[in-house]
Amino acid sequence: MSDPLTLTIEGREVRVPPGTSVLEAAKLAGVLIPHYCYHPSLPVAGSCRMCLVEIEGQPKLAASCATPAAAGMKVHVTSPTAKAARQGVLEFLLINHPLDCPICDQSGECELQDYTFQEGRQATRYGEYGKRYNPVEDFGPDVLYVPNRCILCTRCVRFMEHVAEAPVLNVSERGDRAHIGIDQGQLLDHPWSGNVVDLCPVGSLLSKDFLHKARVWDLDKTASVCTGCTQGCAISLETRDNTVVRVKPRPNAEVNRHFICDHGRLHYHWMNRSDRLETPLVQEGGRLVAADWERALERAAGLLRSARAPWVGLVSPGASCEALDAAARLLALGKGTGAFRVATGPEAPLAGVPDLALRAERAPNVHGALAAGFTRAWDAAVKGMPGAGLVFVLDDDLAGVEAPPAGVPLLYVGTTLPEAARGAAVVLPCANTAEEEGTFVNLRGHREAYYQAKSAPGMARPAAWVLDAVLTALGAGTGVAA
Amino acid sequence: MGYPHPSHPRETVLLSRDFGDPEARRLDVWIKRGGYQALEKALGMGRDAVIEEVKTSGIRGRGGAGFPAGVKWGFMPKQRTKPHYLCCNADEGEPGTFKDREIMRWTPHAVIEGCAIAAYAIQAEDGYIYVRGEFTEPIRVLQAALDEAYAKGILGPNAMGRGVRIDLTIHRGAGAYICGEETALMNSIEGKRGNPRVKPPFPAAAGLWGCPTTINNVETLAAVPHIITRGGAWYQSLSLSNPKSTGTKLFSICGAIAKPGNYEVTMGFPLKDLLYDLAGGPRPGRKLTAVQPGGSSVPFITAEEAERTLLDYEGCLAVGTQLGSGGMIVYDDATDIVYQVMRLARFYAHESCAQCTQCREGTAWTAKILQKLLRGEGRNEDLDLLFDLGEQMTGKTICVLSDSCAAAVTSAIQKFRPDFEAYLRDGRRAGAA
Repeated sequence: MSDPLTLTIEGREVRVPPGTSVLEAAKLAGVLIPHYCYHPSLPVAGSCRMCLVEIEGQPKLAASCATPAAAGMKVHVTSPTAKAARQGVLEFLLINHPLDCPICDQSGECELQDYTFQEGRQATRYGEYGKRYNPVEDFGPDVLYVPNRCILCTRCVRFMEHVAEAPVLNVSERGDRAHIGIDQGQLLDHPWSGNVVDLCPVGSLLSKDFLHKARVWDLDKTASVCTGCTQGCAISLETRDNTVVRVKPRPNAEVNRHFICDHGRLHYHWMNRSDRLETPLVQEGGRLVAADWERALERAAGLLRSARAPWVGLVSPGASCEALDAAARLLALGKGTGAFRVATGPEAPLAGVPDLALRAERAPNVHGALAAGFTRAWDAAVKGMPGAGLVFVLDDDLAGVEAPPAGVPLLYVGTTLPEAARGAAVVLPCANTAEEEGTFVNLRGHREAYYQAKSAPGMARPAAWVLDAVLTALGAGTGVAA
Repeated sequence: MGYPHPSHPRETVLLSRDFGDPEARRLDVWIKRGGYQALEKALGMGRDAVIEEVKTSGIRGRGGAGFPAGVKWGFMPKQRTKPHYLCCNADEGEPGTFKDREIMRWTPHAVIEGCAIAAYAIQAEDGYIYVRGEFTEPIRVLQAALDEAYAKGILGPNAMGRGVRIDLTIHRGAGAYICGEETALMNSIEGKRGNPRVKPPFPAAAGLWGCPTTINNVETLAAVPHIITRGGAWYQSLSLSNPKSTGTKLFSICGAIAKPGNYEVTMGFPLKDLLYDLAGGPRPGRKLTAVQPGGSSVPFITAEEAERTLLDYEGCLAVGTQLGSGGMIVYDDATDIVYQVMRLARFYAHESCAQCTQCREGTAWTAKILQKLLRGEGRNEDLDLLFDLGEQMTGKTICVLSDSCAAAVTSAIQKFRPDFEAYLRDGRRAGAA
């Protein structure tokens, strides 16, 4: 790599590696040059002409996305000529735009809106002419195309062509009749196609799942990690009124760049389940009755003290590393063995990004579970249940698993109560991923943190807290729960 | 020029010698008339010597931009690490221009020979002749000539028996004006949408399929055999005014003129003489009012300005216009300039590739304003708005399509403001009943 070069942007000196565009260099200098067609994860198009800047000594304004930074360059972003050019672009972009912000999902996070407020004209000079009209098109399973709002930045076309490498989108027609087209007989059903909604700088490509669901300024955004598979894509969980309403990718250069797959994008509805365990339950008189934490923990500790070894543990690869570590410590007390199972599906790589795929194993913390000492020997663990002194379950739904026979007590820690756990001696309610903070380990060994996006129902607590509380009652806790 | 009327004694007939003579299309006749001697000679010279000869000639690109052809060839890498390509731009779509069509129709072997020499000089083994799709007859003629040239071994793996591979392929366009822009043309050959590319990189660095490519206009390439046969110095001597403009130039004159057609004159020829002497002046009872000397994309000049214009690159710049492609559009006092300008704007709006915002929206908006003016619904601020849009459409886009639209519109308003004001004031053409 050759030496960095120094240039001046808006009077600020910045050192960048050779090959850096003026636009990226400006970002490093703390200057955001307005732009539409440019996106750091897509090939440069240089066509929206929004990122025009003045470079001293150059006769014409330069598209900063397509101009490499050069040593000694002096760049002016807010000079009158540069601003006038961008104001011109904004005016051109708006003449055929419906200005239907009040009913547009993008409103509030729309780059056309933002830059128009920032440096656009106050009033239109196009009032006398009809606006271009094209009806809404259904592009595929989750994507609607609203051509009237489109600014033809072609990010979606370039994503499908160069990143997904499934070029089904195109620019159809010429001149001001141009619009985004979908190839005859094709659907935008590529497993990663939902990214075009995020890439769209305006409200032209919309997610049907999020359609008219919420105004984005009402959303709280929480850094999280996708629970859809072992890739561990960085995401943002977006909530309103304690409900997750949308999942967006969060840039992570190492794991998922700017993208998430459709499976992950839509894999959040379970976080809003209403049939949740809300209080600890203890077995009394042949049925489960609600108890407070103190009583439930006492009961759990008593159960564990008296249970003979070996214990069998069935855990979820969707639990946090912290919960799984505590579960492993707990099982060790009963010389227990623990196993997990994981749902699988077809692997779906994003062709244009190395080592990014929807992975076959559809749980976020398979590798955290392995690191905590749990194995994939699920069937053996289930077979061992009748001979065990105690069965401990951490948030597995026990589908297809017979309840342990009478005489083998069950300690169930989970978010919901499956039929097979109704005979449990003690049931402790725990938070789901959206309701706690913790870490997952992805398939490449990256340990990634996620944070609490909504509150847990009732008395449910994070599983790591619950298990540590149990361990503390046994005199083996770390004190986290205290 | 020889077709459709005999050439005028003041023409310098070089490229147009055989226009109108179908015999010249035949390879045997073409060879009898001296054809392919230049290729023979060039293959005996070093590649650099060929490029030097073309540099010496001073010939500048005849497609419109006027870049020195020899210099362009010299930009090609000397070390060939990737395939080199030659493109012949025969996508003659500029309104008012029909010179390349005649070169291909009557002298297809001149084009093939020019291409072969250029391909040799730039170390290209493959050349593409990108012909405008509507040119059915030129394509047929050119293909027949190409077939003959292959049959004779002039082209192919052992071109002229000299151990050099030169293959030429005709690529037929599909009707987009923008594909005449050199990088859009390359995208089109590659099978992609004909969108101009962001430059740099320029074609000599990364052109067709990312490989070094030279692209020249038909007329430029057709002149190359003459330069090789008679020498760059001879060609350079063909200059009546500015030594930076050399050789002969075909002018396609159309519109309000008595004898429309192609005229070949030496660079620096007075425009007045071309219009009145060679092309017969205005139609009976009419008076010339305006000229676009280089096709629809160059600024308008008034008849008075035209009368003091010398036809070369510098002479046109001196009166605020450009030589362009030499597709000369002539207007007289029967022409409604406002309507003509609207027609041009509508053309550009139709042909904009839709990449750049200013062009996609600006050309269409410009056309709408002019249409409104013509309906008698214009307002005084509309002219200022047109200038404003013109400013936004100039120097800010990937290619110059929007600049061309703006140049035509703003120059017309500047030169013929009373015609526009008549529409604003009276809602109809000046002097109309």
